[in-house]
Amino acid sequence: MDNRFFVDGAHLSPAALEKKHKLETDPASRTNHMEYMEGMEQIQSDIMGKVLSEMNSYDCSKYTAKDVKAALEHETCTIDDFKALLSPAAEPFLEQMAERARFETSKHFGNTVYLFTPLYIANYCENYCVYCGFNCYNNISRMKLSMEQIAREMQIIHDSGMEEILILTGESRAQSNVEYIGEACKLARKYFRMVGLEIYPVNVDEYKYLHKCGADYVTVFQETYDRCRYSELHLLGHKRVYPYRFDAQERALMGGMRGVAFSALLGLSDFRKDALASALHVYFLQRKYPHAEMSLSCPRLRPIINNDKINPLDVHETQLCQIICAYRIFLPFVGITVSSRESESFRNGIVKIAATKVSAGVSTGIGDHESKYNGKKSNENEGDEQFEINDSRSLDVMYKDIAAEGLQPVLNDYIYM
Amino acid sequence: MEDKLILGGHEFNSRFILGSGKYSLNLIEAAVRDAGAEIITLAVRRANTKEQENILDYIPKGVTLLPNTSGARTAEEAVRIARLAREIGCGNFVKIEIMRDTKYLLPDNNETIKATEILAKEGFVVLPYMYPDLYAARDLVNAGAAAVMPLAAPIGSNKGLATKDFIQILVDEIDLPVIVDAGIGRPSQACEAMEMGAAAIMANTSLATAGDLPLMASAFKNAIEAGRKAYLSGLGRVLTRGASASDPLTGFLRD
Repeated sequence: MDNRFFVDGAHLSPAALEKKHKLETDPASRTNHMEYMEGMEQIQSDIMGKVLSEMNSYDCSKYTAKDVKAALEHETCTIDDFKALLSPAAEPFLEQMAERARFETSKHFGNTVYLFTPLYIANYCENYCVYCGFNCYNNISRMKLSMEQIAREMQIIHDSGMEEILILTGESRAQSNVEYIGEACKLARKYFRMVGLEIYPVNVDEYKYLHKCGADYVTVFQETYDRCRYSELHLLGHKRVYPYRFDAQERALMGGMRGVAFSALLGLSDFRKDALASALHVYFLQRKYPHAEMSLSCPRLRPIINNDKINPLDVHETQLCQIICAYRIFLPFVGITVSSRESESFRNGIVKIAATKVSAGVSTGIGDHESKYNGKKSNENEGDEQFEINDSRSLDVMYKDIAAEGLQPVLNDYIYM
Repeated sequence: MEDKLILGGHEFNSRFILGSGKYSLNLIEAAVRDAGAEIITLAVRRANTKEQENILDYIPKGVTLLPNTSGARTAEEAVRIARLAREIGCGNFVKIEIMRDTKYLLPDNNETIKATEILAKEGFVVLPYMYPDLYAARDLVNAGAAAVMPLAAPIGSNKGLATKDFIQILVDEIDLPVIVDAGIGRPSQACEAMEMGAAAIMANTSLATAGDLPLMASAFKNAIEAGRKAYLSGLGRVLTRGASASDPLTGFLRD
């Protein structure tokens, strides 16, 4: 059974409701999701073609236990081995996969686990992505922080000991334009040693500008690589354009960013195909840009404000673990991030196997670090969250928990050049 | 005669150097106490941290720090990291690591030569991590390196002396200490490299991932010392094709 995503807010006017319903029910009312909108830069790249051709031909049911065993015995994991590891046939081999994954992780990352925290600076959004709490039809408290407010948030996070920050916005060029985000990056460089961005995809020259402002890692989630499903879930706004989003990481690297992060949002579509495509997106881009650092996230669908029933369907913790182990075996050198969408016990377990980066002290709301970190009720407004988090541990607790597992928490792993 | 490892005019008794990457207090303790390490590498990019615990705090007194430039992709970046290391009190030693590939982390010899030249002129004791290529090694000598550090196998792979023949060429042709770095997975491999004439061994993963850290550390110490003694003593004849005839084949010659 699929998730029921459509929710009508009482705040919507009859005209807005009519448009919303039309978008939801009449595919002809939507724009072509494969066509670029005005202002979107189109680069020459063969990566999307390669990824989609592998994904479309993937039939996970044709792999057997024999293929999985062979994949685990091979020293180098081929694309076909990876497909076997993602298949249902691999599920009984989860423990062996975890052992191999742990071995690869320790070869490449030792016992280190990096810590970071996200900072949402605005939640205005012009997209209608039906599963997202920020979607333009959802009735939530909207907010965009001023530079003074951002500085205050950053000071609070800095004081907690955090050295890496990931700046996020909703996808609204009108409310949070590139200059606004650039100014936030400049500010962030005063408080943090590492600044990453998770914002709407932009053009190469804009990535160049943001890099100059201090950001050097760009995260873009494709959500689902299935083009048809993508068009059913992203009904309105710039995000509707599938190929522009797909090429975002490559544009970011062309703009001089040091690294890029990828992900599908598991639970939106066939998770095996989405996991395959996410990893191949990394694989093919790494071959083209061998100097770039790359990482994968593996978020599952979570409940949002006004829709607490949203869930990741058939992607249970076992499947998530299988995906993460397969990622690690196929791409031993790639960072793997596990966010606070997952539970404390899952995150404690997965950092011992394959995850190399976890968030701590997380809020997905706007301007609420003061109240969340210090319990101090601020007089100012706060913006609502993008989704419900699961693991709310502070940096301090997370740091101690990781160390208690015999791992080495790392707050900073890079020097700006 | 005392057998010292000499790097940039500094003398060391130990020929085991702890690499960076997988740190823990236990590892550093074992490396110093049981393996006798007098030099410990640290990644500046991780040491350069203000909050929480600093890796610098882990390093015992009397041990020489060897900051590395991991994370650098060009000579220019490596030079900047080396200067930063000196500023934050890591001393004059620097291990140059320049990688333009995040998958295999293989060193870029060309950029490494450039960085070596700049840093040696600035008074650093430069230890360049390199792919074992004779021409590059000669250029590193001319650039002012204090040693060359060829890799034995891909980093973290524990595969041993995959580049053995090429390291031997460096040992034979280069008048600087040859420190074998990366890929040494077991004490026997360290011993073999020392027998070949390597001046020292750098390792991390093989120790860090051992079941009993102190025991493995002392195994490395003994292996390195054994290999060194064998090298100094001059290895005996190795008969690879069966026994030699007791009567010489040319015994029939009369004049």
